Amino acid sequence: MSLVNYATREITCKIVYYGPGRSGKTTNLHYIYGQVPEDRKGKMVSLATQTDRTLFFDFLPLDLGSISGFTTKFQLYTVPGQVYYQTTRKLVLQGADGVVFVADSQARQLDENIESFQDLHANLADQGVDARAIPLVIQYNKQDLPKDLILGEPELRDAINFRGVPDFSADALHGPGVFETLRGISELVLKRLSTPGAK
Amino acid sequence: MQVDARHRFDNFIVGSANRLAVAAARAVAESPGSTYNPLFVYSSSGLGKTHLMGAIGNLVQQRSREAVIEYVTLDDFVEQLHAAVAAGESERFKQRYQRIDLLMVDDVQFLTGRRETQSEMLRLLNAMQGSGNQIVMASDRPPSDISDVDERLITRLSGGLIVDIASPDFETRVAILRAKSDERGIRFRPGVIEELGRLEFTNVRELQGALNRLIAFQTLGGDQLQAEDVHTVLGDLPEAQRASAGGAKPAALAGAPGGPLDFQSFLSDIATAVTTHVESWKLRVAEAIAYWNGEGYRTGALDRLLEETTQPPHYEAVLRGYAAFVERLKALESQATGIDSALGANEAFRDPERLQEAEAVVQRALSGATPPPGPSSAFTRAGYEVGHSNQLAVRAADAVVETPGQKYNPLFVHGPSGVGKTHLLHALANELVRALGGNVVVACVGAQQFMDELIAAIQEDTVDRWRQRYRRIEGLVIDDIQFVASKERTQDELFHVFNALHSAGKQLVFASDRPPRDLDGLEDRLRSRFEGGLVVEMQSPDRALRERLYARYLASVASEDPEAIAAFLAERPVSSVREIMGTVNRVVASADTSGVPLSLAFARAELEPSGRSTHQDAPVMKAEVDAFFVDDEKIVWEWEEMGSRLIEEFK
Repeated sequence: MSLVNYATREITCKIVYYGPGRSGKTTNLHYIYGQVPEDRKGKMVSLATQTDRTLFFDFLPLDLGSISGFTTKFQLYTVPGQVYYQTTRKLVLQGADGVVFVADSQARQLDENIESFQDLHANLADQGVDARAIPLVIQYNKQDLPKDLILGEPELRDAINFRGVPDFSADALHGPGVFETLRGISELVLKRLSTPGAK
Repeated sequence: MQVDARHRFDNFIVGSANRLAVAAARAVAESPGSTYNPLFVYSSSGLGKTHLMGAIGNLVQQRSREAVIEYVTLDDFVEQLHAAVAAGESERFKQRYQRIDLLMVDDVQFLTGRRETQSEMLRLLNAMQGSGNQIVMASDRPPSDISDVDERLITRLSGGLIVDIASPDFETRVAILRAKSDERGIRFRPGVIEELGRLEFTNVRELQGALNRLIAFQTLGGDQLQAEDVHTVLGDLPEAQRASAGGAKPAALAGAPGGPLDFQSFLSDIATAVTTHVESWKLRVAEAIAYWNGEGYRTGALDRLLEETTQPPHYEAVLRGYAAFVERLKALESQATGIDSALGANEAFRDPERLQEAEAVVQRALSGATPPPGPSSAFTRAGYEVGHSNQLAVRAADAVVETPGQKYNPLFVHGPSGVGKTHLLHALANELVRALGGNVVVACVGAQQFMDELIAAIQEDTVDRWRQRYRRIEGLVIDDIQFVASKERTQDELFHVFNALHSAGKQLVFASDRPPRDLDGLEDRLRSRFEGGLVVEMQSPDRALRERLYARYLASVASEDPEAIAAFLAERPVSSVREIMGTVNRVVASADTSGVPLSLAFARAELEPSGRSTHQDAPVMKAEVDAFFVDDEKIVWEWEEMGSRLIEEFK
């Protein structure tokens, strides 16, 4: 996918929310969807099971309008977190310009986080994408839960963010951190525009 | 270092906070070295010190072209000094600076602790002031606050005038914002600029940053910003600005004061990021593409340039080159349309990559504009035998050559095939060219060729050009004009060409196998015009002419007693000159194959036994048959269309 098309003056970013099951990826998208003014709202496509688990993926097109003369569109995707949807995850990850890793801050979910993070790296590698090169941010979600249930930012950072990418604490259900995360990944993605050799 | 030409007094917004500084700067610029020397300007960062110094420099330069002006930052100065010392040229360094009429040193606060530089500066100031040269210094603090500086230097710096520039007040801020948005060509709704001006930015640069943000935001969806949007757009920035002049960094994490980031602020941040990261060279290329596409030009070369991942080193040259190519194309196009307006539609004129093709088109058009074919030089008047049967036509032709376009215009020659009409026409055309000075064009074409050219021109949609070719000539000679009969379009075009040339006094000559009145299918307007000049007939060669012609042709072949042979042959009636040539060829070839020399007896033997009856009877027979058929009442001239006739019959 061409990120910036100077000829048609379009910027298209595909951002994939990745993470273990129930970490709040779809919640991120829902919050964003709720905040977008009516006229900029695309149709959010959610293929969810009855118990509100993402079956295939969510897709939220965001039309940011004309920025510096560029028609700017963001496509936000989530992958299904459950381990057995490996194929869908790979599919959704294809052609991603940036990845948001949504980690579940609950202490008991730490292993799932690490496992999913490794899974992300494996899938990227499968597609020939250098995990160190693709724009990536980490969100520590559910920071609103009681302190005794969750790990704090420093612990999570130690456990997951060994590469030192930008990370954000968030409460996707209520909003704090959601747009900060999106801004973080967007800026990384856009920064690649001016990096020579970027795809 | 050169001063920035954009830094001028006329675009420096004056307010109460900087009025004194501007007045002093103007006074210094208007009479350097004589009013305040040195002028020392100080203010915190981003309030216009550099602009003011640039304005002084530009004004001084404007008033005196010869004035030597130097603007340096203290760092530059120190570097130059060190380099000079290292190269053992400190004396030259000093001399160089003493020749400067206006020296402006920025960021003087960095003198702190640099003893050597201080003493050098002190010496320099002494020398320059002594010779009446102007010095302007700028710093972020007054001289007395620059720590660790030689006392003597401080007194020297303070010896002229020390002025400061304070943070702009509301009115100045609004004025600056208005000037800046005018400069960018952006119009805000009333109240927006004032709302932004109300925020107490202590620094013009930050004020400008906020304005940039508003501008970026306004270009988002095309909606004009409202005054109340200003705070939304700038998010938590104003509070931060107000809190500290240094400017706090925007909160990056959740839980930061001001609440979570909302969509609008996110959008504005993305806008800033896009503006920062979009590659300016690509933008320029894309703009060029959009522009030239809009102008209707293909931009393949630029499209490929855009696909480069890194900035091509000479992309500007490519853009300029492209524009130059387009200019060339435009020139070619106007050249081509000058010849034929239909050529402007050629795609090659819209694609700089097809420049060569476009050039070829013009070349072709130019060659198409070359005149129609002229007469063949093989047919000369000198080689034309005149006899009783053709003398009228030849005399008329000679008269035409004598006074082209005046006496017999048009000259219409008719006669059976092979009597020498074509020869006469070409000879006449050659003579015309000679008579008109030799450097003119007299077209000499067959009617069939004339028609074929027209059809090709219709096919290529270049009829205009075709017409122009025939209108630029000095004379027109058309052979076999009978072929235009029933060809409406050709007659139409011929009519116009005829009129154009005739009214311009150009000679027209036509030849046909029959007189105009017998040319069926010829429009009356043409017929009457053909008849309006002179119509002469050329008959089958008479005996005397035949004999001369036979003698001429036989002269080139070996024969016994050619005169006798010619006299014998001339007795035989022929209808055309061609027939005479045919007879000569026949007897010569026959003698050759028999291996005997051509003699009168051989010719007689060859032609008499079988030849006599056919040659003598045929014309009689032909005449009878013709007389029978050439009767309007017995001949169906215009057959109706076959299909409708068949259908009619089947009914």
